Amino acid sequence: MKPLVEVRGLRFRYEDGTAALNGIDFCLEPGETVALLGANGSGKTTFVLHLNGLLTGEGSIEICGLPVEKKHLPAIRNKVGLVFQDSDSQLFMPTVLEDVAFGLLNLGMDSSAAAARAEAALETVGMAAASARAPYHLSAGEKKRVAIAGILAMEPEILVLDEPTTFLDPPGQRSLAELLANLPQAKILVTHNIPFAMALCKRAVFFAGGKITAEGSVEEIVAGRGWDFALQPGKSR
Amino acid sequence: MHHVVVDQWSRGSSPVHRRDPRAKLIVLLVFLIALATATRGLALLASGLLLLLMAGLLLARVPVGRALARAALVLPFTAVFAVVCWLAGDTARGVSLALKSYLSALAVLLLISTTPLPALLRGIGMTGLPHLLLEVGQFLYRYLFVISEEAQHMTKAAAARGASVRRWMTQAQRFRASTGALAVLFARSYARAEDVHRAMLARGFHRSLPLLETRRFRVGDAIFAIVASLAPWILRLTAERLLP
Amino acid sequence: MHIPDGFLSTPVWATLDLVAIPAVAFVARRAQRGFEEDKVPLLGVLGAFVFAAQMINFPVGPGTTGHVVGGALLAFTLGPAAASVVMTAILAIQALVFQDGGVLALGANTLNMALMGVLAGYLPYSIWSGAGWRNISIFAGGALSVLVSAVLALSELLISGVKMPGAVLGVSLALFVVSAVLEGAITLAVVQALERIQPKTVRRPESGRSPVLAVVSLAAVLLASVGVLFASAAPDGIERLGQQTGISSHVRTLFHTPLADYRAAFWQSASLNKAAGGLAGVVLIYGACLLLSRVAARKRSI
Repeated sequence: MKPLVEVRGLRFRYEDGTAALNGIDFCLEPGETVALLGANGSGKTTFVLHLNGLLTGEGSIEICGLPVEKKHLPAIRNKVGLVFQDSDSQLFMPTVLEDVAFGLLNLGMDSSAAAARAEAALETVGMAAASARAPYHLSAGEKKRVAIAGILAMEPEILVLDEPTTFLDPPGQRSLAELLANLPQAKILVTHNIPFAMALCKRAVFFAGGKITAEGSVEEIVAGRGWDFALQPGKSR
Repeated sequence: MHHVVVDQWSRGSSPVHRRDPRAKLIVLLVFLIALATATRGLALLASGLLLLLMAGLLLARVPVGRALARAALVLPFTAVFAVVCWLAGDTARGVSLALKSYLSALAVLLLISTTPLPALLRGIGMTGLPHLLLEVGQFLYRYLFVISEEAQHMTKAAAARGASVRRWMTQAQRFRASTGALAVLFARSYARAEDVHRAMLARGFHRSLPLLETRRFRVGDAIFAIVASLAPWILRLTAERLLP
Repeated sequence: MHIPDGFLSTPVWATLDLVAIPAVAFVARRAQRGFEEDKVPLLGVLGAFVFAAQMINFPVGPGTTGHVVGGALLAFTLGPAAASVVMTAILAIQALVFQDGGVLALGANTLNMALMGVLAGYLPYSIWSGAGWRNISIFAGGALSVLVSAVLALSELLISGVKMPGAVLGVSLALFVVSAVLEGAITLAVVQALERIQPKTVRRPESGRSPVLAVVSLAAVLLASVGVLFASAAPDGIERLGQQTGISSHVRTLFHTPLADYRAAFWQSASLNKAAGGLAGVVLIYGACLLLSRVAARKRSI
């Protein structure tokens, strides 16, 4: 089976010239859930923004066989559902239902069909009761669910979530993990939350200095990079 | 904060909440014009209109006392002008300023506490005002709460630092600190706007903001619009008849 | 400076509403054209920023605080057309949600603050910032935006018959000057801070344009505000002018048909004649300024 995401030799520089990505090779197979680990500023978020063409770098990216080029962007943005770290920036419409229906209306769907699909997506994430509410009245966990519903309504093949457990308390993190585990799409999780990554991901890649420097299971990478939080008595940095 | 309370009220449910925003807007405008153009029998008219608005608040299940108090926020500004008019010998105008500005504010408050602002903007959008303006208003309202909270956090954090060194900070330093905070808030708002734009693009945004049609103007709305619009004019004609 | 409902006389608020609508439509079209992609979220979020900014207290003197209005700051970062759109949205939300400023008075408040105020704020910058007078032009822009808005508001109140004896007028103007200076100082300080942390957000006005039209526009705006203020404070002069040019009778015929039934009550009043004359003057000056700024803008976009 062809990989859903194929990235080869991706390079990207910021406006001021600093290199953010130094040649990334990455693959995502159908049904996989992969964790992107690495320090802040190592390029993880910059990388995922290339997957739906929000940023454009050098090298090749193919999503479900389509190269990420201007003419394919509408199709690609349907296939790749990106959930941003800050839900407030993602839920920008006045009510929950309008926000979830946003993507569908942009596709040209008429109002009643869009509303019906949006309600179904909200049902999937357990937020159907909130459809008439305003986003700023929701808790962090509820906002994250609505954001995911907004993506699910587009029927994507790939879900990309950028630091989804930020602002969530442990019960919130657990219910998010359960929700994600039940979704059939392939997923990429950018995260610092190791237990969360271990619960959901069989594979992980480690970003450092704009390159992928390690690949393996979450446990292997954590052990190899010292990416855990066990304080060693007497040792200081 | 005022907008938080009013927003909460606007999301209640009552016969008034359920009316179409366009109908309520028409009623408000007719009310305001009836009040603004009135010249005679003002005291009597004002009492009648006040009772009318209070009845509206009751029907809308909005806390009447708190609404009356909130509308009074316009009074300090008006009082200054009213006093000046009184001192200049034009008491009638001073009274007129106070009555008209308070009742107008209360009427607007009744509208906004029964209609969430985005729904109201949507209703206004049908009249042909520039869509850019209404969309900007929609986003403004959406992020008003977010950014004013950010501003509050920043001022609290600054106060926590400044409180201990307040004695040492000169006016100039405090001024610098405040303008620095403003610049930071601006930069963060700008960055957030870029995030929002990216989130819009990620879900296929290409031309203009799509509209989810949800409301239709019903017969009940038309009847409400007609009856509620007539009420202030009937009161006005009555007041002018009773007091020549 | 937000005029509530009940203060302005009917000819004043009605005419200003009628004038404001096409003016706002014009700037909205200009703003839309000035952006490569739809920048609605940017305008909305920065509008929310201005709202929040207005809540921050600045030390003015012992025990007193002031705040920024933000029109000039928006003009320097978004350009005047977009800034006007944002200010209009702010005024509308202030009127509807906060009951700060009247709904019928929105036309007046929009013309004062969102249109004339923003224009007065931006013009000095577009004229002088290239010539090495950048800081002064930013400060002047901030100060003028507040001053022009305030003076126009005062004039509208005077024309409507709200009594303001000379002493009161003097005190109000003094207070406005203080707010204007504060606005100029804050705007300058914030722009300077922004240039350090996020330089791309502050606009550079197009260089190489003839400053003549911008200067003329600025002069027109200032003359209009000051002139209208003096005229409204001395309505007899305006009435004479109106009679001499025949404007008053034209205005009367304009209002004749729709208000026929109320004619007897309305037109007997002497002060209303003055108001009509003064109002006609205001409208003419507004029209002239809008036309001038339109011409100036067209020249710039060549």
